[in-house]
Amino acid sequence: MGHVRAPAYLRGRIGTIERPLGAFPDPERLAYGQPAPARALYCVRFTMAELWGDSAESPSDTVDAELYDTWLERLD
Amino acid sequence: MPHDHHDHDHLSPSDHPYRSDDDVPLTYWQQMEIALRELLIEKGVTTPEEIARQIDAMDARSPANGAALVARAWTDPAFKERLLQDASAASRDMGFDIGPLRLIAVENTAQVHNVIVCTLCSCYPRNLLGLPPDWYKSRAYRSRTVKEPRKVLFEFGLTLPDETTVRVHDSTADMRYIVLPARPKGTDGWDRDRLAELVTRDSMVGTGLPSTPA
Repeated sequence: MGHVRAPAYLRGRIGTIERPLGAFPDPERLAYGQPAPARALYCVRFTMAELWGDSAESPSDTVDAELYDTWLERLD
Repeated sequence: MPHDHHDHDHLSPSDHPYRSDDDVPLTYWQQMEIALRELLIEKGVTTPEEIARQIDAMDARSPANGAALVARAWTDPAFKERLLQDASAASRDMGFDIGPLRLIAVENTAQVHNVIVCTLCSCYPRNLLGLPPDWYKSRAYRSRTVKEPRKVLFEFGLTLPDETTVRVHDSTADMRYIVLPARPKGTDGWDRDRLAELVTRDSMVGTGLPSTPA
């Protein structure tokens, strides 16, 4: 899997951008000493209902995480 | 009698089991660290004194730094606004050496309670809070806080009303987070030093609240 900064529990889930965080050298390349172009990083908010479905402890509580644009896909 | 030890062969004088010595070989990475450090010293890149000073500086960081920040935000509305806008800049304003740290302060209110975790490793705002507690790095805290934060907080002694929204912040990349807890009631007119004494480490991680005035 390598050095991945997008936790498995968030993959494939729908969230909303809470705020842009700026651009940082891509840690997934930096970790291997490869050239690491700056990538846009976002704070993305997910509801517990979206992450855990019926087993959510309290559906409207949230998790905010930092995700690079390579891991994000726009929904229209 | 509590201190009558005749038949406690395996207990220390304080009635605790003896901890075994760590007579194990160095790991690969421990050997690599020693080799690299010795090479850097031998080549004159750094000195043992410089390394010792850096360790001292790291050990000297404590939650008192974060507490001073919080107490100022409680008493200075303009500073609080700056802290919530750009916590790195606000920390530098207070004279804290935070290096390249990108800090975000999240505010607890009557409606929202924030709690910090790093599910992937153990990211922690060390410059403002010192070394993280062991539980912060445990698999249980890291995995459970994003799934059942209310249960985790309950185990820390914190029960939140159902109406309060819990916001978990997973430090997955380049940011570090500090919680700005709500100012305790009954502290009107207190100065910053006195307020700072109420600000606990856990209240800045979100696993606790500030102490209440006695």
